[in-house]
Amino acid sequence: MQVTMTVNGETVTREIEGRMLLVHFLRDELGLTGTHWGCDTSNCGTCVTWLDGEPVKSCTVLAAMAGGHEVRTVEGLEQEGVLDPVQEGFMQCHGLQCGFCTPGMLMTARALLDRDPDPSEDTIREAISGQICRCTGYTTIVRSVQWAANKESADRAETVGSES
Amino acid sequence: MQVPAPFEYERATSVEDAIGLLERLGSEARLIAGGHSLLPMMKLRLANLEYVIDINDLHGELGYVRVGTDEVRIGAMTRHRELLESPELAALFPIFADAEQVIADPVVRNRGTIGGSLCQADPSEDLTAVCTALDASCVIRSSSGERVVSMEDFHRGPYETAVGDAEMLTEVRIPVRAGGSSAYAKVERRAGDWAVTSVGAAVWMDGDSISDARVGLAAVGPNTTGIPAISEALRGQAPSDELFARAGAIAAQSCSPVSDNRGTADYKRHLADELTRRTLRTAVDRIQAGIAGDDATSGGNS
Repeated sequence: MQVTMTVNGETVTREIEGRMLLVHFLRDELGLTGTHWGCDTSNCGTCVTWLDGEPVKSCTVLAAMAGGHEVRTVEGLEQEGVLDPVQEGFMQCHGLQCGFCTPGMLMTARALLDRDPDPSEDTIREAISGQICRCTGYTTIVRSVQWAANKESADRAETVGSES
Repeated sequence: MQVPAPFEYERATSVEDAIGLLERLGSEARLIAGGHSLLPMMKLRLANLEYVIDINDLHGELGYVRVGTDEVRIGAMTRHRELLESPELAALFPIFADAEQVIADPVVRNRGTIGGSLCQADPSEDLTAVCTALDASCVIRSSSGERVVSMEDFHRGPYETAVGDAEMLTEVRIPVRAGGSSAYAKVERRAGDWAVTSVGAAVWMDGDSISDARVGLAAVGPNTTGIPAISEALRGQAPSDELFARAGAIAAQSCSPVSDNRGTADYKRHLADELTRRTLRTAVDRIQAGIAGDDATSGGNS
């Protein structure tokens, strides 16, 4: 079957099997290997991408289901060579560690901050509760998200300040 | 690599279209909503289908929470996150927010639906217990019209419901009765895991006594989605810890848990007892406080 969707703002069309999962479509058909593929069972969350602006586990979505919809992956976070603040936060606060869970964590973090620019630690931990880090280290992931929230808050204040 | 066996993908554009496709494609076709129950089953080859009919485009038609004077209607494509964030449900049935906070995880809740959960009828699934506690009924549509069945009739056992091959669950209806509240409690090993044991309770009071109460359990055997003996024991009684203890004892006796990697049968019976007490107490506290439940302490997780 033929499927057409928008991935990181670009329209793509491919001939696929109906049973193909979105994670494999992104990685194998489009070469977007930033989205990782981990547990296969909707548990680990490393495959989180956005579907129509909401984080989903792409190992549990058929590529066909995304036909006609908008997908955003970790490759779509940086804009014109500038890292997204959540990416910068993970770099500044050692949120990456081994890096395996990072793409999913980044996508969830970006969605969280879009909805709640000033999340509490509990809110951050709840948002990533469906995603597993095996480096033992959620602490630095939480700190990285807080760093991004603080940076965006400071950027907003600067924008408001320069407008007045 | 876990992927489903080959199948033909179809996409429905409306409820009528979905039912038409089911009729045309026969018993080897299934509807797929959020897919977070069916796709894992297909990956494990526990479900092998020739046709999968995607009904996500029906979210516009079937994704809603509508409050009427005597009932609330929830569309079958309403996603878990929408149930969790619905102010109407929080005000009328706090059991929904209690349960939805501990169903799967936030990312899965963006996708999974109430209709999908109820139709999967997994013995460990929470919404069947929630809907049974609330005395909900289910609207099942076919090409010849609609029929409305009670949760008791809808839920036939593990992975089995009253929905036929060419039928579709379209709506859940929950009666609104004065003087009631509800609560849910679940013990799980970690976020997103299936329950070790879950309990939902709904209570209605008339003055100082309980006029009606319903309790549903999940993950502790078949036929525990509603336990009539508890309802009988509570009706007409004044709420007390002693009464809740009696209800808890009935819950522990009425379930048939198995020992597995989530806990021993004895431990699960203990949980059924304790969580029944907690959810009944929370529901009564919420009625007496006259609040929606947002401020009440829920049964909670350990």
